[in-house]
Amino acid sequence: MNPLLKSIFSANFVFATLRVTTPILFAAIGVAITALSGSINIALEGIMLIAAFVGVIVSAFTGSLWLALIFGVLAAVGLAALLGYFHLNLKADIIIAAIALNMFASGITVFLTYIFAHDKGTTSSLKSLVFPSYQIPILKDIPVLGKMFSGLNVLTYFALICVVIFYYLIYKTPLGLRIRAVGQNPDAAESVGVDVKKVKMYSLLLSGFFGAFGGLYLSMGYVSWFSRDMTAGRGFIAIAAASIGGNLPIGTFFGSLLFGVVNTLAIFLATLKVPSELIQMIPYITTVLVLAIYAIQKSAKSRGEE
Amino acid sequence: MDTILSIRNIVKVYPNGVVANKGISFDIEKNTIHALVGENGAGKTTLMKILFGIETPQEGEIIYKGKKVHFKSPLDAIKNGIGMVHQHLMLAPDLTVAENLTLGIEPRKWKIFLDTDKMNEIAKRVSKEFGLEVPFDKRVKDLPIGVRQRVEILKALLRNVELLILDEPTAVLTPQESDMLFKTLKDLKKHGKTIIFISHKLKEVKQIADRVTVIRDGKVIATKDASELTEHQIAELMVGREIKSERIAPSPKVGEPLLEVENLDYINEENIPVLKSVSFKVRSGEILGVAGVEGNGQTELVEILTGLRRLTSGKVIINGKDMAGKTPREIRENGVSHIPEDRMKNGVAEAATIKENLIVDRYYKKPFSKGILLDWKYITNYGKKLIKDFNVLATSPDALVSSLSGGNIQKVVVARELSSNPSVIVADQPIRGIDVGSEELVHRLLKEARDKGSAVFLVSADLDEVLELSTRIIVLYNGEIVARFDDVGGLTGKDLGPYMLGVKREE
Repeated sequence: MNPLLKSIFSANFVFATLRVTTPILFAAIGVAITALSGSINIALEGIMLIAAFVGVIVSAFTGSLWLALIFGVLAAVGLAALLGYFHLNLKADIIIAAIALNMFASGITVFLTYIFAHDKGTTSSLKSLVFPSYQIPILKDIPVLGKMFSGLNVLTYFALICVVIFYYLIYKTPLGLRIRAVGQNPDAAESVGVDVKKVKMYSLLLSGFFGAFGGLYLSMGYVSWFSRDMTAGRGFIAIAAASIGGNLPIGTFFGSLLFGVVNTLAIFLATLKVPSELIQMIPYITTVLVLAIYAIQKSAKSRGEE
Repeated sequence: MDTILSIRNIVKVYPNGVVANKGISFDIEKNTIHALVGENGAGKTTLMKILFGIETPQEGEIIYKGKKVHFKSPLDAIKNGIGMVHQHLMLAPDLTVAENLTLGIEPRKWKIFLDTDKMNEIAKRVSKEFGLEVPFDKRVKDLPIGVRQRVEILKALLRNVELLILDEPTAVLTPQESDMLFKTLKDLKKHGKTIIFISHKLKEVKQIADRVTVIRDGKVIATKDASELTEHQIAELMVGREIKSERIAPSPKVGEPLLEVENLDYINEENIPVLKSVSFKVRSGEILGVAGVEGNGQTELVEILTGLRRLTSGKVIINGKDMAGKTPREIRENGVSHIPEDRMKNGVAEAATIKENLIVDRYYKKPFSKGILLDWKYITNYGKKLIKDFNVLATSPDALVSSLSGGNIQKVVVARELSSNPSVIVADQPIRGIDVGSEELVHRLLKEARDKGSAVFLVSADLDEVLELSTRIIVLYNGEIVARFDDVGGLTGKDLGPYMLGVKREE
């Protein structure tokens, strides 16, 4: 068998795919939950970046993984709250406000990286902690399956749990019901006393919460340092992933997985003698293609309904 | 009988100066179905918005159950026992019936989770209590509109509403669904509820109302027991106004048909037939007036003729060519001009200048454009000329349209539409909301266009306007042409009224 195909059809590939999917999945859940409330959140890029940066700095200076986690989440939720304030209170366009916050996050993290690490590119001179990986008892001893699913980063497992949390939140709690109602018909929600602004704010804060873990995973799991703009478009890929999945929990998971597979494929293909620039294009081209196919199908479907 | 609600001398003036309610007073007895009838724009909706806490009146008071009330929001009204079923239903389409019913008052399990069983139980209980069957676990979007309306009514009942306002509830229903609704309303009355039923369909009013209040032009004309009035009498009260102006002289010469519509059908997105085999011809040199209460298919008909909406079947022949399904530009190129019903939406771009608005339908042609660039010098002079010819009160062609008054904005629209030498003019409510001076000008211009050989298709909610200008008149009711008058001499609003209200129809 061709060595490349062999490596693709290996336990390693599944393992790597889950690693690569993790940050996209966190961000996609964040995107989906805001989309359900009727807003488009393109600020996940900045939200993840802030969390990634704060996590590294806090862990380097305090030596505590928990503090890094807490502050990383707080920073990300704070940025989401700022977006909510601009959009809901000051009535700014949410897209414009999110672009501004993404640029702000990109700029401030570079600036502070220089302050703390005396380097404009990365914080590799600081010693950051990382989230540990976890061997699942019993499963780890099963051949093949153990290699695929055991020994991943704890945050990867948490991402999978978040899909379940997202599901319960949306379908089984009053807040979830209100989020869906507000997204579908805000006037209807308002007419029965639901505070539309508050519900939208909550869904934005939740997107900050989920997005934070995506950022922390990038800088404290995937690698052990922060580097400028290390989210590399994952916040945008997440929008595509969530929308393929109809912004619903299971769909969002599979949408993210699709992009995880494509990204992993790009990494594996890098061993070939093909210019790496071409290979690195694959995930982005896939995003465009998938969205185009999705849009065509959707419009064909709605035409069929007429 | 007890009075549950007293409306006392309500006056409402909108910021744009429109006086919607001019001192409205009437009482609503507890445990009755009270119909509120009147033409569109008579002030019914405004009054109900005031009652429901959406608008605030300048003068007057509302006394509900013996106490003076002032609701700050719809929620406030609901808490006090007043509910409203809007024409556009307030439901979330992807949620189930039970979820929609309990939204905002969700039963909980362990504080943070929804108690789905209890939600269904509540829904079942209230639906059983009032005998209104609904499928609890189905999504609202999968239900027919009549059932959705029932969900909306249940939503109000669940919140212990005693007085229920229904704003033209049958407008979106099939006849069978309407019958179901009437049965429901009568049942609710048995349960001690009071219902305000807004409508302009008199047959329905006679069918279910105990009392009737007729509103015309922001004033109460009469409040009587429904049994005291016939449909004809209500119709007269609704439209009975004097014909104030002289009829214009008929055109000297009538020529070939320029606009021919054959068997036009239109079924809308909600699967409701809006226009049913409509056929008519408009010849060169005549004005065909369409009379009818608004919402009987006029808007859709005009949009189909001008290419803004796609018809379901039929032919629209303009200057000998079938233009059905063509784009607005193709239709305009074939000699059609359109004075739209809503000038701010379809007539002008508010934020653009007068001269820009004057050339939007022709900017790509010579001499407005030279190659790929616009000839602004020519356009400015052209704008100046039209401003003068059409008597637009503006400082310069560079003034923004948003700086003009309503009447002058309408003149800009009319200037553009009539300066293209159209062979067919589709004029929808051409004098709505403009002052008398502008009104006369617009009418004179339409008449001049007619005399020059244009075919004019005139739609208006203002009967006087239709009677004054038209060479012939058709009456549209519920998407059908129910009457045709080829001779308009001696015709009055009272002759047209019964047809417009569906009381009478020509065989």
